[in-house]
Amino acid sequence: MTEPLSPHGTSARSDSAAAKPVPFRGGGFRTSPIPWISPVVFIGLIAFWHWGSTSGFIPALVLPSPGESLQAFINLFQSGLLWLHVSASLQRLVIGWTAGTILGISVGLFVALSSIGRAAIAPLVAAIMPVPKIALLPLFIIWFGIGEGSKVATILFGVFFPTVISTFGAVDNVDRTLIRMGQSFGLSWSSIVRKIIFPGALPAILSGFRISASIAIILLVAAEMIGAQYGIGAYVLLAGSLMATDQLIAGVAILSALGLTVSYLIGRAERYFLGWRT
Amino acid sequence: MDLSLNNIHHQYGDVNILSDINFDIKSGEIVCIIGPSGCGKSTLLRFLGGLERPTSGEVLQIGSPPDSCLNPLTYIFQDFALLPWRSVEGNISLALEDHRIQPDRAAAIINDVLARTKLTDFRKALPRQLSGGMKQRVAIARALCVNPAVLLMDEPLSALDSQTRELLMDDLVDLWTREQFTACYVTHNLAEAVRLGHKIVVLSRRPGTIREIVEIDTPLADRKKDIVAMEQKQEYLWNLMRDEALAADMELTDD
Repeated sequence: MTEPLSPHGTSARSDSAAAKPVPFRGGGFRTSPIPWISPVVFIGLIAFWHWGSTSGFIPALVLPSPGESLQAFINLFQSGLLWLHVSASLQRLVIGWTAGTILGISVGLFVALSSIGRAAIAPLVAAIMPVPKIALLPLFIIWFGIGEGSKVATILFGVFFPTVISTFGAVDNVDRTLIRMGQSFGLSWSSIVRKIIFPGALPAILSGFRISASIAIILLVAAEMIGAQYGIGAYVLLAGSLMATDQLIAGVAILSALGLTVSYLIGRAERYFLGWRT
Repeated sequence: MDLSLNNIHHQYGDVNILSDINFDIKSGEIVCIIGPSGCGKSTLLRFLGGLERPTSGEVLQIGSPPDSCLNPLTYIFQDFALLPWRSVEGNISLALEDHRIQPDRAAAIINDVLARTKLTDFRKALPRQLSGGMKQRVAIARALCVNPAVLLMDEPLSALDSQTRELLMDDLVDLWTREQFTACYVTHNLAEAVRLGHKIVVLSRRPGTIREIVEIDTPLADRKKDIVAMEQKQEYLWNLMRDEALAADMELTDD
Protein backbone atom coordinates (compact mmCIF):
# COMPACT_ATOMS: atom_id res chain seq x y z
CA MET A 1 0.00 0.00 0.00
CA THR A 2 2.98 2.32 0.20
CA GLU A 3 2.88 5.02 -2.36
CA PRO A 4 6.25 5.89 -3.86
CA LEU A 5 7.38 9.30 -2.65
CA SER A 6 7.67 11.72 -5.49
CA PRO A 7 10.86 13.75 -5.45
CA HIS A 8 8.81 16.93 -5.74
CA GLY A 9 6.48 16.00 -2.94
CA THR A 10 3.41 16.37 -5.12
CA SER A 11 2.11 12.83 -5.01
CA ALA A 12 0.41 13.43 -1.66
CA ARG A 13 -1.73 16.05 -3.34
CA SER A 14 -3.06 13.57 -5.93
CA ASP A 15 -6.29 13.31 -3.94
CA SER A 16 -7.02 16.96 -3.21
CA ALA A 17 -10.07 16.20 -1.02
CA ALA A 18 -7.80 14.55 1.55
CA ALA A 19 -5.62 17.61 2.12
CA LYS A 20 -6.53 19.69 5.16
CA PRO A 21 -4.57 21.53 7.81
CA VAL A 22 -3.61 19.62 10.94
CA PRO A 23 -6.07 20.65 13.66
CA PHE A 24 -4.51 22.93 16.31
CA ARG A 25 -4.78 21.42 19.76
CA GLY A 26 -2.17 23.33 21.71
CA GLY A 27 -4.32 26.25 22.93
CA GLY A 28 -5.69 26.98 26.39
CA PHE A 29 -4.15 26.59 29.86
CA ARG A 30 -1.98 29.63 29.31
CA THR A 31 -3.10 32.99 30.60
CA SER A 32 -1.79 36.19 29.15
CA PRO A 33 -1.95 39.53 30.98
CA ILE A 34 -4.78 41.89 29.95
CA PRO A 35 -3.96 45.08 31.87
CA TRP A 36 -7.16 47.06 31.18
CA ILE A 37 -9.56 44.42 32.55
CA SER A 38 -8.96 44.98 36.27
CA PRO A 39 -9.64 48.77 36.33
CA VAL A 40 -12.72 48.21 34.17
CA VAL A 41 -14.07 45.59 36.61
CA PHE A 42 -13.27 47.84 39.57
CA ILE A 43 -14.91 50.92 38.07
CA GLY A 44 -17.83 48.79 36.89
CA LEU A 45 -18.45 47.46 40.40
CA ILE A 46 -18.33 50.97 41.91
CA ALA A 47 -20.65 52.23 39.19
CA PHE A 48 -23.09 49.39 39.87
CA TRP A 49 -22.90 50.12 43.60
CA HIS A 50 -23.52 53.84 42.96
CA TRP A 51 -26.44 53.07 40.65
CA GLY A 52 -27.89 50.63 43.22
CA SER A 53 -27.71 53.20 46.00
CA THR A 54 -29.18 56.12 44.05
CA SER A 55 -31.99 54.09 42.50
CA GLY A 56 -32.93 52.53 45.85
CA PHE A 57 -32.08 49.02 44.65
CA ILE A 58 -29.62 48.85 47.58
CA PRO A 59 -31.23 50.37 50.73
CA ALA A 60 -29.00 52.90 52.51
CA LEU A 61 -29.28 50.85 55.73
CA VAL A 62 -27.74 47.80 54.06
CA LEU A 63 -24.90 49.58 52.32
CA PRO A 64 -24.13 53.30 52.14
CA SER A 65 -23.50 54.75 48.71
CA PRO A 66 -19.90 55.08 47.50
CA GLY A 67 -20.25 58.86 47.68
CA GLU A 68 -21.19 58.76 51.36
CA SER A 69 -18.28 56.43 52.12
CA LEU A 70 -15.92 58.74 50.28
CA GLN A 71 -17.37 61.69 52.22
CA ALA A 72 -16.76 59.82 55.48
CA PHE A 73 -13.16 59.26 54.41
CA ILE A 74 -12.74 62.96 53.53
CA ASN A 75 -14.21 63.95 56.90
CA LEU A 76 -11.80 61.64 58.62
CA PHE A 77 -8.93 63.16 56.67
CA GLN A 78 -10.02 66.74 57.37
CA SER A 79 -10.49 66.10 61.08
CA GLY A 80 -6.83 65.02 61.20
CA LEU A 81 -7.78 61.73 62.79
CA LEU A 82 -6.86 59.68 59.71
CA TRP A 83 -3.16 60.07 60.34
CA LEU A 84 -3.57 59.29 64.06
CA HIS A 85 -5.40 56.04 63.29
CA VAL A 86 -3.14 54.99 60.44
CA SER A 87 0.10 55.83 62.24
CA ALA A 88 -0.97 53.98 65.39
CA SER A 89 -1.84 50.92 63.30
CA LEU A 90 1.28 51.09 61.17
CA GLN A 91 3.49 51.35 64.21
CA ARG A 92 1.97 48.22 65.79
CA LEU A 93 2.08 46.37 62.49
CA VAL A 94 5.69 47.24 61.71
CA ILE A 95 7.01 46.52 65.21
CA GLY A 96 5.01 43.31 65.64
CA TRP A 97 5.68 41.96 62.19
CA THR A 98 9.40 42.81 62.16
CA ALA A 99 10.03 41.36 65.60
CA GLY A 100 7.98 38.25 64.82
CA THR A 101 9.78 37.77 61.51
CA ILE A 102 13.28 38.18 62.96
CA LEU A 103 12.49 35.80 65.82
CA GLY A 104 10.73 33.39 63.49
CA ILE A 105 13.60 33.24 61.00
CA SER A 106 16.17 32.76 63.78
CA VAL A 107 14.18 30.00 65.47
CA GLY A 108 13.35 28.47 62.09
CA LEU A 109 17.04 28.31 61.18
CA PHE A 110 17.83 26.82 64.56
CA VAL A 111 15.10 24.19 64.22
CA ALA A 112 16.24 23.31 60.72
CA LEU A 113 19.95 23.15 61.45
CA SER A 114 20.19 21.47 64.83
CA SER A 115 18.98 18.01 65.72
CA ILE A 116 18.15 19.13 69.25
CA GLY A 117 16.21 22.13 67.98
CA ARG A 118 14.29 19.94 65.60
CA ALA A 119 13.43 17.39 68.27
CA ALA A 120 12.59 19.97 70.93
CA ILE A 121 10.93 22.86 69.14
CA ALA A 122 9.29 21.44 66.02
CA PRO A 123 6.52 19.58 67.95
CA LEU A 124 5.99 22.63 70.15
CA VAL A 125 5.53 24.86 67.12
CA ALA A 126 3.15 22.35 65.58
CA ALA A 127 1.11 22.35 68.80
CA ILE A 128 0.86 26.14 69.23
CA MET A 129 0.60 27.07 65.55
CA PRO A 130 -3.12 26.20 65.10
CA VAL A 131 -4.21 28.14 68.21
CA PRO A 132 -5.91 31.35 67.06
CA LYS A 133 -3.66 33.97 68.63
CA ILE A 134 -6.61 36.24 69.23
CA ALA A 135 -7.84 33.70 71.79
CA LEU A 136 -4.67 34.43 73.75
CA LEU A 137 -5.26 38.20 73.73
CA PRO A 138 -6.79 38.31 77.25
CA LEU A 139 -3.71 36.49 78.48
CA PHE A 140 -1.46 38.94 76.66
CA ILE A 141 -3.34 41.82 78.25
CA ILE A 142 -2.58 40.37 81.68
CA TRP A 143 1.07 39.80 80.75
CA PHE A 144 1.85 42.92 78.76
CA GLY A 145 -0.82 45.39 79.85
CA ILE A 146 -3.77 46.88 77.99
CA GLY A 147 -1.55 49.31 76.07
CA GLU A 148 0.69 48.72 73.08
CA GLY A 149 2.40 45.67 74.55
CA SER A 150 -0.47 43.24 74.23
CA LYS A 151 -1.32 44.34 70.68
CA VAL A 152 2.24 44.06 69.46
CA ALA A 153 2.60 40.70 71.23
CA THR A 154 -0.50 39.35 69.48
CA ILE A 155 0.87 40.31 66.09
CA LEU A 156 4.33 39.04 66.99
CA PHE A 157 2.99 35.65 68.03
CA GLY A 158 0.76 35.41 64.99
CA VAL A 159 3.68 36.16 62.67
CA PHE A 160 6.25 34.07 64.55
CA PHE A 161 4.78 30.61 64.02
CA PRO A 162 4.13 30.66 60.28
CA THR A 163 7.58 32.21 59.79
CA VAL A 164 9.22 29.40 61.78
CA ILE A 165 7.37 26.82 59.68
CA SER A 166 8.20 28.46 56.35
CA THR A 167 11.88 29.02 57.26
CA PHE A 168 12.20 25.46 58.50
CA GLY A 169 10.69 24.05 55.31
CA ALA A 170 12.72 26.42 53.15
CA VAL A 171 16.03 25.37 54.71
CA ASP A 172 15.10 21.71 54.36
CA ASN A 173 14.57 22.27 50.64
CA VAL A 174 17.91 23.95 49.94
CA ASP A 175 19.80 21.92 47.35
CA ARG A 176 21.98 19.45 49.27
CA THR A 177 24.60 19.42 46.53
CA LEU A 178 25.27 23.12 47.14
CA ILE A 179 25.84 22.47 50.83
CA ARG A 180 28.14 19.56 49.97
CA MET A 181 29.97 21.86 47.55
CA GLY A 182 30.48 24.37 50.36
CA GLN A 183 31.85 21.65 52.61
CA SER A 184 34.14 20.39 49.86
CA PHE A 185 35.72 23.83 49.61
CA GLY A 186 36.29 23.86 53.34
CA LEU A 187 33.86 26.72 54.08
CA SER A 188 33.11 27.27 57.75
CA TRP A 189 29.72 26.40 59.22
CA SER A 190 28.72 30.04 59.49
CA SER A 191 29.80 30.74 55.90
CA ILE A 192 27.68 27.84 54.65
CA VAL A 193 24.67 29.13 56.58
CA ARG A 194 25.13 32.75 55.49
CA LYS A 195 26.22 32.25 51.90
CA ILE A 196 24.46 29.06 50.84
CA ILE A 197 21.61 28.06 53.13
CA PHE A 198 20.09 31.47 53.82
CA PRO A 199 20.05 32.76 50.22
CA GLY A 200 18.85 29.35 49.05
CA ALA A 201 15.97 29.48 51.52
CA LEU A 202 15.10 33.11 50.78
CA PRO A 203 12.53 32.48 47.99
CA ALA A 204 10.38 30.31 50.26
CA ILE A 205 10.91 32.65 53.23
CA LEU A 206 9.74 35.62 51.14
CA SER A 207 6.64 33.82 49.98
CA GLY A 208 6.02 33.04 53.65
CA PHE A 209 6.08 36.82 54.21
CA ARG A 210 2.88 37.18 52.19
CA ILE A 211 1.07 34.83 54.55
CA SER A 212 2.56 36.27 57.73
CA ALA A 213 1.81 39.86 56.61
CA SER A 214 -1.86 39.10 56.02
CA ILE A 215 -2.08 37.32 59.37
CA ALA A 216 -0.48 40.41 60.94
CA ILE A 217 -3.14 42.71 59.44
CA ILE A 218 -5.98 40.46 60.62
CA LEU A 219 -4.56 40.30 64.13
CA LEU A 220 -3.88 44.04 64.14
CA VAL A 221 -7.55 44.82 63.57
CA ALA A 222 -8.68 42.19 66.06
CA ALA A 223 -6.31 43.46 68.76
CA GLU A 224 -7.31 47.09 68.15
CA MET A 225 -10.94 46.19 68.62
CA ILE A 226 -10.14 45.53 72.26
CA GLY A 227 -9.15 48.59 74.18
CA ALA A 228 -7.43 50.86 71.69
CA GLN A 229 -8.06 54.58 71.40
CA TYR A 230 -6.53 54.97 67.97
CA GLY A 231 -6.03 52.53 65.14
CA ILE A 232 -7.95 51.47 62.08
CA GLY A 233 -9.47 48.56 64.02
CA ALA A 234 -10.69 50.92 66.74
CA TYR A 235 -12.13 53.26 64.10
CA VAL A 236 -13.99 50.41 62.38
CA LEU A 237 -15.30 49.10 65.71
CA LEU A 238 -16.54 52.53 66.76
CA ALA A 239 -18.19 53.05 63.38
CA GLY A 240 -19.86 49.66 63.70
CA SER A 241 -21.24 50.29 67.16
CA LEU A 242 -22.64 53.64 66.02
CA MET A 243 -24.14 51.99 62.92
CA ALA A 244 -22.14 54.52 60.89
CA THR A 245 -21.79 52.18 57.93
CA ASP A 246 -20.24 54.89 55.72
CA GLN A 247 -17.34 55.22 58.17
CA LEU A 248 -17.13 51.46 58.42
CA ILE A 249 -16.73 51.15 54.65
CA ALA A 250 -14.09 53.91 54.70
CA GLY A 251 -12.18 51.97 57.40
CA VAL A 252 -12.39 48.75 55.40
CA ALA A 253 -11.08 50.58 52.33
CA ILE A 254 -8.10 51.82 54.34
CA LEU A 255 -7.40 48.24 55.45
CA SER A 256 -7.63 47.04 51.88
CA ALA A 257 -5.21 49.74 50.76
CA LEU A 258 -2.87 48.72 53.58
CA GLY A 259 -2.97 45.09 52.45
CA LEU A 260 -2.32 46.06 48.83
CA THR A 261 0.63 48.23 49.85
CA VAL A 262 2.16 45.43 51.90
CA SER A 263 1.76 42.97 49.05
CA TYR A 264 3.29 45.49 46.61
CA LEU A 265 6.28 45.97 48.91
CA ILE A 266 6.82 42.22 49.21
CA GLY A 267 6.62 41.96 45.42
CA ARG A 268 9.30 44.63 45.12
CA ALA A 269 11.45 42.84 47.68
CA GLU A 270 11.09 39.60 45.74
CA ARG A 271 12.15 41.25 42.53
CA TYR A 272 15.12 42.87 44.24
CA PHE A 273 16.37 39.84 46.17
CA LEU A 274 15.38 37.07 43.78
CA GLY A 275 16.41 38.56 40.46
CA TRP A 276 18.70 35.56 39.98
CA ARG A 277 15.77 33.19 39.55
CA THR A 278 14.78 32.07 36.10
CA MET B 1 50.93 14.66 47.09
CA ASP B 2 49.70 11.12 46.48
CA LEU B 3 46.52 9.49 47.68
CA SER B 4 46.26 5.87 48.64
CA LEU B 5 43.18 3.78 49.34
CA ASN B 6 43.69 0.87 51.71
CA ASN B 7 41.18 -1.97 52.06
CA ILE B 8 38.17 0.27 51.66
CA HIS B 9 34.97 -1.47 52.60
CA HIS B 10 31.58 0.19 52.85
CA GLN B 11 28.03 -0.82 53.63
CA TYR B 12 24.70 0.93 54.11
CA GLY B 13 22.84 -1.17 56.67
CA ASP B 14 23.14 -4.76 55.42
CA VAL B 15 23.93 -3.86 51.83
CA ASN B 16 27.56 -4.05 50.82
CA ILE B 17 28.40 -1.16 48.57
CA LEU B 18 32.14 -1.46 48.14
CA SER B 19 34.60 -4.06 49.27
CA ASP B 20 38.33 -4.53 49.20
CA ILE B 21 39.32 -1.44 47.27
CA ASN B 22 43.04 -0.76 47.02
CA PHE B 23 44.73 1.61 44.63
CA ASP B 24 46.95 4.67 44.55
CA ILE B 25 46.63 8.03 42.88
CA LYS B 26 50.13 9.27 42.08
CA SER B 27 50.98 12.90 41.75
CA GLY B 28 50.53 14.16 38.19
CA GLU B 29 48.36 11.33 36.94
CA ILE B 30 44.68 11.09 36.12
CA VAL B 31 43.00 7.99 37.51
CA CYS B 32 39.63 7.18 36.01
CA ILE B 33 37.08 5.07 37.84
CA ILE B 34 34.53 3.36 35.66
CA GLY B 35 31.83 0.88 36.51
CA PRO B 36 28.16 0.10 35.97
CA SER B 37 25.59 2.40 37.55
CA GLY B 38 25.13 1.90 41.27
CA CYS B 39 28.54 0.29 41.80
CA GLY B 40 29.58 2.92 44.32
CA LYS B 41 32.01 4.93 42.21
CA SER B 42 30.65 8.30 43.34
CA THR B 43 30.69 7.06 46.94
CA LEU B 44 34.34 6.15 46.50
CA LEU B 45 35.06 9.68 45.30
CA ARG B 46 33.34 11.12 48.36
CA PHE B 47 35.67 9.02 50.54
CA LEU B 48 38.67 10.43 48.68
CA GLY B 49 37.72 14.02 49.50
CA GLY B 50 36.60 13.30 53.06
CA LEU B 51 32.92 14.07 52.50
CA GLU B 52 31.96 10.61 53.68
CA ARG B 53 33.68 7.92 55.75
CA PRO B 54 33.99 4.27 54.70
CA THR B 55 32.80 1.57 57.10
CA SER B 56 36.35 0.25 57.27
CA GLY B 57 39.65 0.92 55.60
CA GLU B 58 41.34 4.26 55.17
CA VAL B 59 42.21 6.91 52.64
CA LEU B 60 45.78 8.10 53.13
CA GLN B 61 47.34 11.33 52.03
CA ILE B 62 51.02 10.69 51.30
CA GLY B 63 53.21 13.75 51.48
CA SER B 64 51.83 17.22 52.15
CA PRO B 65 50.34 19.56 49.56
CA PRO B 66 52.35 22.64 48.53
CA ASP B 67 51.82 25.75 50.64
CA SER B 68 50.16 27.64 47.83
CA CYS B 69 47.38 25.07 47.92
CA LEU B 70 44.25 26.46 49.59
CA ASN B 71 42.04 23.39 49.34
CA PRO B 72 44.07 20.25 48.59
CA LEU B 73 41.15 17.99 47.68
CA THR B 74 38.76 19.86 45.41
CA TYR B 75 35.64 18.55 43.72
CA ILE B 76 34.05 19.22 40.39
CA PHE B 77 30.46 18.06 40.48
CA GLN B 78 28.27 16.57 37.79
CA ASP B 79 25.54 19.16 38.27
CA PHE B 80 28.05 22.04 38.54
CA ALA B 81 26.87 23.09 42.03
CA LEU B 82 27.02 26.82 41.24
CA LEU B 83 25.19 29.26 43.49
CA PRO B 84 22.43 30.65 41.24
CA TRP B 85 22.37 33.98 43.11
CA ARG B 86 26.04 34.73 42.50
CA SER B 87 27.70 35.83 39.29
CA VAL B 88 30.51 33.85 37.68
CA GLU B 89 32.98 35.98 39.61
CA GLY B 90 31.05 35.61 42.85
CA ASN B 91 30.90 31.85 42.52
CA ILE B 92 34.65 31.69 42.12
CA SER B 93 35.33 34.08 44.96
CA LEU B 94 33.17 31.92 47.26
CA ALA B 95 35.98 29.38 47.35
CA LEU B 96 38.48 32.06 48.38
CA GLU B 97 36.44 33.98 50.93
CA ASP B 98 37.16 31.76 53.92
CA HIS B 99 40.91 31.81 53.40
CA ARG B 100 41.63 35.41 54.51
CA ILE B 101 43.30 36.41 51.27
CA GLN B 102 44.07 40.08 50.55
CA PRO B 103 41.34 41.47 48.29
CA ASP B 104 43.79 42.43 45.54
CA ARG B 105 45.40 38.99 45.56
CA ALA B 106 41.99 37.35 45.42
CA ALA B 107 41.12 39.55 42.44
CA ALA B 108 44.34 38.53 40.74
CA ILE B 109 43.62 34.83 41.31
CA ILE B 110 40.10 35.24 39.95
CA ASN B 111 41.36 37.07 36.86
CA ASP B 112 43.92 34.35 36.29
CA VAL B 113 41.47 31.41 36.48
CA LEU B 114 38.90 33.28 34.38
CA ALA B 115 41.54 33.74 31.70
CA ARG B 116 42.64 30.11 31.90
CA THR B 117 39.08 28.88 31.40
CA LYS B 118 38.29 31.55 28.76
CA LEU B 119 35.56 33.08 30.91
CA THR B 120 36.85 36.64 31.21
CA ASP B 121 34.00 38.09 29.14
CA PHE B 122 31.38 36.35 31.28
CA ARG B 123 32.53 37.40 34.72
CA LYS B 124 29.36 39.33 35.54
CA ALA B 125 26.93 36.75 34.14
CA LEU B 126 24.56 34.76 36.36
CA PRO B 127 24.52 30.96 36.10
CA ARG B 128 21.06 30.94 34.55
CA GLN B 129 22.39 32.90 31.58
CA LEU B 130 25.09 30.32 30.84
CA SER B 131 24.96 27.11 28.82
CA GLY B 132 25.78 23.81 30.47
CA GLY B 133 29.32 23.80 29.11
CA MET B 134 29.92 27.33 30.38
CA LYS B 135 28.58 26.40 33.82
CA GLN B 136 31.00 23.51 34.02
CA ARG B 137 33.82 25.83 32.95
CA VAL B 138 32.90 28.09 35.87
CA ALA B 139 33.01 25.09 38.18
CA ILE B 140 36.42 24.17 36.79
CA ALA B 141 37.62 27.76 37.27
CA ARG B 142 36.35 27.69 40.85
CA ALA B 143 38.21 24.44 41.46
CA LEU B 144 41.42 25.81 39.92
CA CYS B 145 41.38 29.01 41.98
CA VAL B 146 42.14 27.15 45.21
CA ASN B 147 45.14 25.54 43.51
CA PRO B 148 44.15 21.96 44.37
CA ALA B 149 46.64 19.14 44.87
CA VAL B 150 44.11 16.60 43.61
CA LEU B 151 41.00 17.31 41.55
CA LEU B 152 38.11 14.98 42.30
CA MET B 153 35.77 14.94 39.35
CA ASP B 154 32.37 13.28 39.67
CA GLU B 155 31.11 12.66 36.14
CA PRO B 156 31.90 16.27 35.23
CA LEU B 157 30.79 15.97 31.62
CA SER B 158 27.75 13.74 32.03
CA ALA B 159 25.21 16.56 32.17
CA LEU B 160 26.45 18.05 28.90
CA ASP B 161 25.58 17.34 25.28
CA SER B 162 28.08 15.38 23.26
CA GLN B 163 29.57 18.30 21.30
CA THR B 164 30.17 20.32 24.47
CA ARG B 165 31.61 17.24 26.10
CA GLU B 166 34.08 16.87 23.26
CA LEU B 167 35.15 20.53 23.60
CA LEU B 168 35.59 20.35 27.34
CA MET B 169 37.50 17.09 27.07
CA ASP B 170 39.97 18.84 24.74
CA ASP B 171 40.22 21.67 27.27
CA LEU B 172 41.00 19.23 30.06
CA VAL B 173 43.67 17.54 27.96
CA ASP B 174 45.22 20.96 27.18
CA LEU B 175 45.10 21.93 30.82
CA TRP B 176 46.79 18.70 31.87
CA THR B 177 49.45 19.04 29.17
CA ARG B 178 50.25 22.51 30.51
CA GLU B 179 50.22 21.84 34.23
CA GLN B 180 50.10 18.07 34.95
CA PHE B 181 47.45 18.19 37.63
CA THR B 182 46.51 15.13 39.67
CA ALA B 183 42.95 13.93 39.36
CA CYS B 184 40.53 11.19 40.11
CA TYR B 185 37.86 11.12 37.43
CA VAL B 186 34.66 9.13 37.91
CA THR B 187 32.69 8.42 34.76
CA HIS B 188 30.49 5.85 33.11
CA ASN B 189 31.65 6.98 29.69
CA LEU B 190 34.40 4.72 28.35
CA ALA B 191 35.49 7.21 25.69
CA GLU B 192 36.19 9.83 28.39
CA ALA B 193 38.12 7.29 30.44
CA VAL B 194 40.25 6.30 27.46
CA ARG B 195 40.92 9.92 26.50
CA LEU B 196 41.83 11.20 29.96
CA GLY B 197 42.97 8.31 32.14
CA HIS B 198 46.53 7.26 32.76
CA LYS B 199 45.13 4.51 34.88
CA ILE B 200 41.59 3.17 34.61
CA VAL B 201 40.10 1.40 37.59
CA VAL B 202 37.27 -0.90 36.47
CA LEU B 203 34.76 -1.65 39.21
CA SER B 204 32.33 -4.55 39.21
CA ARG B 205 28.68 -4.11 40.04
CA ARG B 206 27.49 -4.01 43.64
CA PRO B 207 29.26 -4.81 45.87
CA GLY B 208 31.90 -2.85 43.98
CA THR B 209 35.26 -4.53 43.80
CA ILE B 210 38.16 -3.82 41.48
CA ARG B 211 37.92 -5.99 38.36
CA GLU B 212 41.06 -4.71 36.83
CA ILE B 213 43.30 -1.66 36.68
CA VAL B 214 44.10 -0.83 33.07
CA GLU B 215 47.07 1.42 32.36
CA ILE B 216 47.35 3.44 29.17
CA ASP B 217 50.84 4.68 28.32
CA THR B 218 50.04 6.83 25.29
CA PRO B 219 50.51 10.53 26.26
CA LEU B 220 47.17 12.34 26.62
CA ALA B 221 47.95 14.80 23.85
CA ASP B 222 48.60 12.03 21.31
CA ARG B 223 45.51 9.97 22.01
CA LYS B 224 43.27 11.74 19.55
CA LYS B 225 45.64 10.80 16.73
CA ASP B 226 46.00 7.19 17.81
CA ILE B 227 42.37 6.37 17.20
CA VAL B 228 42.81 2.67 16.47
CA ALA B 229 44.69 1.87 19.66
CA MET B 230 42.18 3.88 21.70
CA GLU B 231 39.29 2.04 20.07
CA GLN B 232 40.93 -1.21 21.05
CA LYS B 233 41.34 -0.09 24.67
CA GLN B 234 37.73 1.01 24.76
CA GLU B 235 36.63 -2.32 23.31
CA TYR B 236 38.68 -4.11 25.93
CA LEU B 237 37.11 -2.09 28.74
CA TRP B 238 33.65 -2.67 27.34
CA ASN B 239 34.22 -6.42 27.30
CA LEU B 240 35.26 -6.23 30.94
CA MET B 241 32.13 -4.31 31.87
CA ARG B 242 29.49 -5.65 29.53
CA ASP B 243 28.08 -8.50 31.62
CA GLU B 244 28.27 -6.44 34.78
CA ALA B 245 26.40 -3.57 33.17
CA LEU B 246 23.75 -5.95 31.89
CA ALA B 247 23.30 -7.50 35.31
CA ALA B 248 23.31 -4.12 37.05
CA ASP B 249 20.59 -2.92 34.72
CA MET B 250 18.33 -5.81 35.78
CA GLU B 251 18.71 -5.08 39.48
CA LEU B 252 15.95 -3.61 41.59
CA THR B 253 17.01 -0.77 43.83
CA ASP B 254 15.96 -1.33 47.41
CA ASP B 255 15.91 2.24 48.56
